[in-house]
Amino acid sequence: MRYLLRRLGFFVVTLWAALTLNFFIPRMMPGNPVQALRDRTHNKLSPAALQEMLTSYGYKPNQNWFVAYLDYLGNMFTGRWGVSIGGSSLGEPVTKIIGQALPWTLGLVGLATVIGFVLGTLAGIVAGWRRGSRLDAILPSVMVVTSALPYFLVGLLLILFFSIWINGFLPSDFNYDPSIPPGFSTAFIGDVLSHGLLPALTIVITSVGGWVLTMRNNMITTLAEDYVRMGRAKGLTNRRIMFNYAARNAFLPNLSGFAMSVGFVISGAILVEYVFNYQGVGYLLYNSVQNTDYPLMQVLFMLFTVAVLVSVLLCDFATAWLDPRARAKG
Amino acid sequence: MSTLVASAAVPVGTPTPARRRRFGLLRALLSNRKAVVGLVIFLVFAVMAIAPRLFTSVQDPHKYAYEPYLGPSGAHLLGTTSHGEDIFAQLVYGTRQSLLIALIAGFFATVLSVLIGVSAAYLGGIADDLLSLVTNVFLILPTFPLIIILSEYAGNGNLTVVLIVLVATGWSYGANQLRAQTLSLRNREFLEAARVRGERRSYIIVFEVLPTMTSLIVANFLGAALYSVLTAAGLQFLGLGDNNSISWGWMLHWAQSQSALQSGIPLWEIAPGVCVALLGVSFALLNYAFDEISNPALRPVRRRRAERTSSQAA
Repeated sequence: MRYLLRRLGFFVVTLWAALTLNFFIPRMMPGNPVQALRDRTHNKLSPAALQEMLTSYGYKPNQNWFVAYLDYLGNMFTGRWGVSIGGSSLGEPVTKIIGQALPWTLGLVGLATVIGFVLGTLAGIVAGWRRGSRLDAILPSVMVVTSALPYFLVGLLLILFFSIWINGFLPSDFNYDPSIPPGFSTAFIGDVLSHGLLPALTIVITSVGGWVLTMRNNMITTLAEDYVRMGRAKGLTNRRIMFNYAARNAFLPNLSGFAMSVGFVISGAILVEYVFNYQGVGYLLYNSVQNTDYPLMQVLFMLFTVAVLVSVLLCDFATAWLDPRARAKG
Repeated sequence: MSTLVASAAVPVGTPTPARRRRFGLLRALLSNRKAVVGLVIFLVFAVMAIAPRLFTSVQDPHKYAYEPYLGPSGAHLLGTTSHGEDIFAQLVYGTRQSLLIALIAGFFATVLSVLIGVSAAYLGGIADDLLSLVTNVFLILPTFPLIIILSEYAGNGNLTVVLIVLVATGWSYGANQLRAQTLSLRNREFLEAARVRGERRSYIIVFEVLPTMTSLIVANFLGAALYSVLTAAGLQFLGLGDNNSISWGWMLHWAQSQSALQSGIPLWEIAPGVCVALLGVSFALLNYAFDEISNPALRPVRRRRAERTSSQAA
């Protein structure tokens, strides 16, 4: 119980730190939304008019920063996230904009990450178990290379191979074909899947290597333990030793690694969505920065932090469930 | 058991074995295939960064000197851009910045993680609680979005801003590892001996604790350098940072904005991407090789032993 309380306390502190950074960074930096909006409207509107327009959307440049900070914290927690003040989405509620983009990212990035994690962990278990086999001789070297590949390079190569050289075999642009009416038709679903295939593949290729390597190395260390030898001495089946004795223990560090990696996944998602022009939250963040759209930026950054924190918490629970030592220590 | 072995392996005050150990490390590096490949790639890029004129006769890689949209040929190894710049020359000249970013950001991030990680573990108590909290918060904050936001606001940030941001976001992982390692060392006999001798804390940390962690520190440096290369290239690819600089990331950005892939000169975009990847791979290979050297269990198994004993050999 104390263990979980401590983790919850950490959750709150980190969230607070993220929110605070999020509040102060844009305000300490040069540039302001009025000027940015003015540049985009090519100086057709007077600054005063723009200022007035932004104020009606909740932009208060002259407010005492401490009051603004408290207001901001309150608003973030109660879900009053305001309206966008930049770009083509000017005046739209932030919740609506994010609501449109989030399912795409969750579907694409979430699924691809989990697939990469599961595949990589399984491959790592097998490679560590069959130490010295051909698989184990090739896999680590290949995986060291793929895990260092930049997301954008993999994305660009896939586009080049599957989309340009094979004459538009797979689409490389946008979430779906706008000429097909969205709905639960087979044509639309198939189209969505084919648009998601290359970005998903990009994420799987770049993320799988890390899981294979850490899982293999953990397996090797675990297989040297006495309890594995005892399992053998008792005459348990190989399968049982491999999964219930070795993999279960070797998996623990990977699990906490997974939680940490969600942050990296988000950074990857931004680049992947940019390369494939995929309209998810990563692309949205890129756009909001380009448009100095404070409200949208703030909420997105908060959501990213919450996503990482929630996954850390979930992995803590899973660790407590898998590992009796973690429960006892708390 | 492990304490005994470790304290026996660390002689106090005798210089010769320590020296031998360092040469041993070098020899171990050179006999590891992954390390050699990584080292060769790195050295080639290093030469390119120091003396670009050895590789290309072009003086100004940003001059629109040639016919645009040329394919690869003897005169232009990788063809030309849509503005008529030589792609290979840009690639060669771009090496310097990417390499500098990697080395400088990697170095300072490592220094920071050593400072924070080791002192957290060594000081203990409230100082440790505070420092580990800060480390963990930084570990979890989604750094890339933060970097994007920061570098956009730092007024189309120059290189220094990018470097500071990379260091600020890149140190936490190493600090965590070094803290754990130092904690496990804390009560070893050789440190006890130093304390009894009446050495100062700073002396113990610098001359007794740090040398035992050389390989971990090097591995951290390589990890931080890898992170910096990929992140800086990603940032520039998105068009953030100083757009007058010559670098692989900016080549990627300009190529993407001119849709190089679709207009028949894919090398403009693929080549710098491959270079970023190669530099990253060289750091990753060296890093993994260091892991193998410091943990013999991970090394590739020699064929003759591999048959049946494998499962026990580990």
